[in-house]
Amino acid sequence: MGMDIRFPIGLMFSVVGVLLTVFGAFSRREIYRVSLGINMNLAWGLVLLAFGVVMLLFVHVGKKSERLRETKAAGEAARRRK
Amino acid sequence: MSLTSIDWLIMGVYFVFVLGIGVALKRYMKTSTDFFLAGRSIPAWICGLAFLSANLGAQEVIGMAASGAKYGIATSHFYWIGAVPAMVFVGIFMMPFYYGSKARSVPEYLRMRFDEKTRGLNAISFAVMTIFSSGISMYAMAKLIQVLHVFDGAFRKMELPPGMIFHVSIVLSALIVLGYIFLGGLTSAIYNEVLQFFLIVAGFLPLVYLGLKSVGGWRGLKASLPPAYSHSWQGMAHANTNPLGVEVFGLTMGLGFVLSFGYWCTNYLVVQRAMAADSMSAARRTPLIAAVPKILFPILVILPGLIAIALPTQAPTSLRAANGTVIVQQATGRGIIPAKIDETSGKVKLDSTGKPVLDYDLAIPNMLLHYFPTGLLGLGLTALLASFMSGMAGNVTAFNTVWTYDIYQSYINKHASDEHYLWMGRMATVFGVALSIAAAYAATRFNNIMDFLQLVFAFVNAPLFATFLLGMFWKRATGHGAFGGLLSGTAAAVIHHGLTLPVGAVPGIKGGWLATVHMYPSEMAQNFWTAIWAWSVCFVITILISLVTKPHKEEEMVGLVYSLTPKPSEEHLPWYRRPAYLGIAVLALALSLNIIFR
Repeated sequence: MGMDIRFPIGLMFSVVGVLLTVFGAFSRREIYRVSLGINMNLAWGLVLLAFGVVMLLFVHVGKKSERLRETKAAGEAARRRK
Repeated sequence: MSLTSIDWLIMGVYFVFVLGIGVALKRYMKTSTDFFLAGRSIPAWICGLAFLSANLGAQEVIGMAASGAKYGIATSHFYWIGAVPAMVFVGIFMMPFYYGSKARSVPEYLRMRFDEKTRGLNAISFAVMTIFSSGISMYAMAKLIQVLHVFDGAFRKMELPPGMIFHVSIVLSALIVLGYIFLGGLTSAIYNEVLQFFLIVAGFLPLVYLGLKSVGGWRGLKASLPPAYSHSWQGMAHANTNPLGVEVFGLTMGLGFVLSFGYWCTNYLVVQRAMAADSMSAARRTPLIAAVPKILFPILVILPGLIAIALPTQAPTSLRAANGTVIVQQATGRGIIPAKIDETSGKVKLDSTGKPVLDYDLAIPNMLLHYFPTGLLGLGLTALLASFMSGMAGNVTAFNTVWTYDIYQSYINKHASDEHYLWMGRMATVFGVALSIAAAYAATRFNNIMDFLQLVFAFVNAPLFATFLLGMFWKRATGHGAFGGLLSGTAAAVIHHGLTLPVGAVPGIKGGWLATVHMYPSEMAQNFWTAIWAWSVCFVITILISLVTKPHKEEEMVGLVYSLTPKPSEEHLPWYRRPAYLGIAVLALALSLNIIFR
């Protein structure tokens, strides 16, 4: 229906991923005592960013293949008319 | 809990997207079919994830983690026995009738197959149920926000009284859900459910990772828990030798057959998601696609519960958050699960043996506080709120459709224009949410009202699957038979509840209010057996009444009954898109997990 769901998902995860990554890169080390000393903000932020970007790529690929299908259909219709 | 700006920012981003989806979809809502059935245009994978998310309500995330902490891996029976087989069945065998009949709702199918009174009974009880379920979600969420002190800091800053937190939480969550459904209808709900699905995975996966790492992996976790916690089938032969207090027949028939098939195969809340699919094969694949993450969900929701109970027990003073503020006043608990505190006396609640009653519902929230630094904490909390809201939204969309098509159009205003029904759907969304708020407040006033209502719903729901099974697979079943069967099944459930009692309970809301002729080892066993009785009585009575009443004409039942409907042809599809193959693969996966964690 109208909108590709992967677009808002991809965009949201990219935004949240960037937020977490940037925050993780500049945050004090002490706050990671709870997470076993691992900078989970940085690590998980990067994972989410990657997921978001892959989703956005899917949107791009989806659009491309749709256009391809449309031009193919149009070409076939033109050939049939001849 | 005190949140910092990064946590608020993440939460804010999520809410912007939730409402943004509604706004973006508004212009596509031209007909009532667009609004109520997403124009029957959604691809299978999206329907599948929404099918799963709609069920991810309050009971799911908080409740299954709580149950994991209480019973251990045996909780996975609610997934591998209590969901997956039914999901495969509805996809392969029932969807051809739901989708193929072009019924717009489950009650409408009942009218096409049986008669008006059967539909009316189902539609009205279902509509009432969705309102209360959504109210319960709302109440539980507001309560959790209060208990975790999520808004306390913000309220102090804005100089608002902390007594307002509960009300503000209710109103805010109601407005957000109302907003996106009002604008984009079922499509909006489905899209948001998919978003929520990914968010819940993103929020809980790091929790499982950190939790497992700190207890020394699965091995370490197993070593620090009693053996019954890591085996789902141990001691199942007898009710007294396993933590659930249920024996294998009660489990497989009560949970695995009656309750699970009754929910996944007849509840419009989930079936509506499959009806929105863009083709018959997509509709059939919807529950099968949903079954894959469903099988794996125990990792996300049960494991944190197990870890919470396995962690070293805190000193009975307090639990400290990342920044050193005290969050939950710990009493003598176990792991990081505190004991329940009596609200009036402020003392620890004790059970009949004098041991403190643990507040298992805090397993997930305390795990989040225990492991997540600020930043990730915002994400985890947002995931938790998302799970509550998807439960709420699922109920609201099911309500507005059943109200508009099965109650309003059928009994109040039969011949209005499509625009009018679209308008009615939006209005139904508004008063559905308003009634949910009323239900949430009713829950705060009368502590027992929710227990009582859930009991009533259990009585009404238990026999349903017998009606659908006979309706779809036995052409001789009649409308009078179905109606009589449903009523007598519900009556059987009521009587069974009135005559039995779980061990340790007093006669009353827990049962035994007529007389106590049988004691069950646990409340769960009693629930399962109530369902088994209700189902069996409905099944038998429907057959008996059908045999003595006039059969329906065969030509009226084409597309509604198995023997009179051409089988959907799926030869043109590649093997991985054929429902039968997918179903077998899903069942094999569930079976192998049962064997691994036996």
